[in-house]
Amino acid sequence: MKFRITITVLLGLALTAGALAQNVATTRDAAIDVEVEPPKLSRVENDDIKRARAYPMQPPTVPHKIDNYQVDTNANKCLSCHSRRRTQESQAPMVSVTHYMDRDGNFLADVSPRRYFCNQCHVVQRDVKPLLDNDFEDIDELLRADRN
Amino acid sequence: MIETIKRYWNAISTPSKYYSLGFLTLGGFIMGIIFWGGFNTAMELTNTEAFCTGCHEMRENVYEELQTTIHFTNRSGVRAKCSDCHVPHNWTDKIARKMQASKEVWGKIFGTINTREKFLAKRGELAEREWVRLKANDSLECRNCHDFEYMDFTWQSKRAAAQHSTALASGEKTCIDCHKGIAHHLPDMSGVEGWD
Repeated sequence: MKFRITITVLLGLALTAGALAQNVATTRDAAIDVEVEPPKLSRVENDDIKRARAYPMQPPTVPHKIDNYQVDTNANKCLSCHSRRRTQESQAPMVSVTHYMDRDGNFLADVSPRRYFCNQCHVVQRDVKPLLDNDFEDIDELLRADRN
Repeated sequence: MIETIKRYWNAISTPSKYYSLGFLTLGGFIMGIIFWGGFNTAMELTNTEAFCTGCHEMRENVYEELQTTIHFTNRSGVRAKCSDCHVPHNWTDKIARKMQASKEVWGKIFGTINTREKFLAKRGELAEREWVRLKANDSLECRNCHDFEYMDFTWQSKRAAAQHSTALASGEKTCIDCHKGIAHHLPDMSGVEGWD
């Protein structure tokens, strides 16, 4: 039993190391001891156009700049437009109702502390070439392929 | 006491016995320039960044925070220093503000915010004071650089243009109403209008 666990752990480590090495090889076009020139900073998309979601539960991406938005115990800049109390004036989409629920599904008066840090899930987008190829397929495409 | 005052009054109310009129007028004129120039130079000295960050209270709290914002470094190198936003440019207003600042000297001497904890505890009150000041003067210090007359909405993002062409244009809102905490971190914002 013990032997099997050791084997599993070792195999897991080897696989992780392999995967890491592969990532380094694909995202970094230089030897490990060579300092590469970092890519130029790109602009954040700031056109306020809602983007499609890749799957139903995907946190929507932020379609505007959020430079220096303060989100901490003192203030939450995002909520100053997106909270329930502010949306009439700001006309911004309200944070979804799930953000007002605790983990047992009870509704709270305010945004739940576990959903307070917007940036954990919601991020801005930049118009850049992906570093890695992405073979993600939309569920609709998979279903369509299944039917054929 | 009365005698001394009388003696001085006599001295300044009688014509000069030894100095020529030319010497007195020219001398007075030159001394005036020196005094006025010296006064303003000294006052300008208290407007420099080196002066403001001479105390650790400013250097290690608010100045540190300023350095991460667009008002400190940016693509074009135009930059606002402490006094650009916190001291009126207009002379009389400036003198008035400098007189109020004597309270800050008091604060320095008695260590009102001489630790990080004391500063954080007082930060809300201090910020509130600046917001009230900027609200009352219609964000004058912002407008010294950001002139509404020359704002081109076509270069602004949709949301910015929408707000600036309505609420700001009508005078219903002023810069500070929305742009709080752009150069320093915000204090606890619960209960502040427009924040949640």
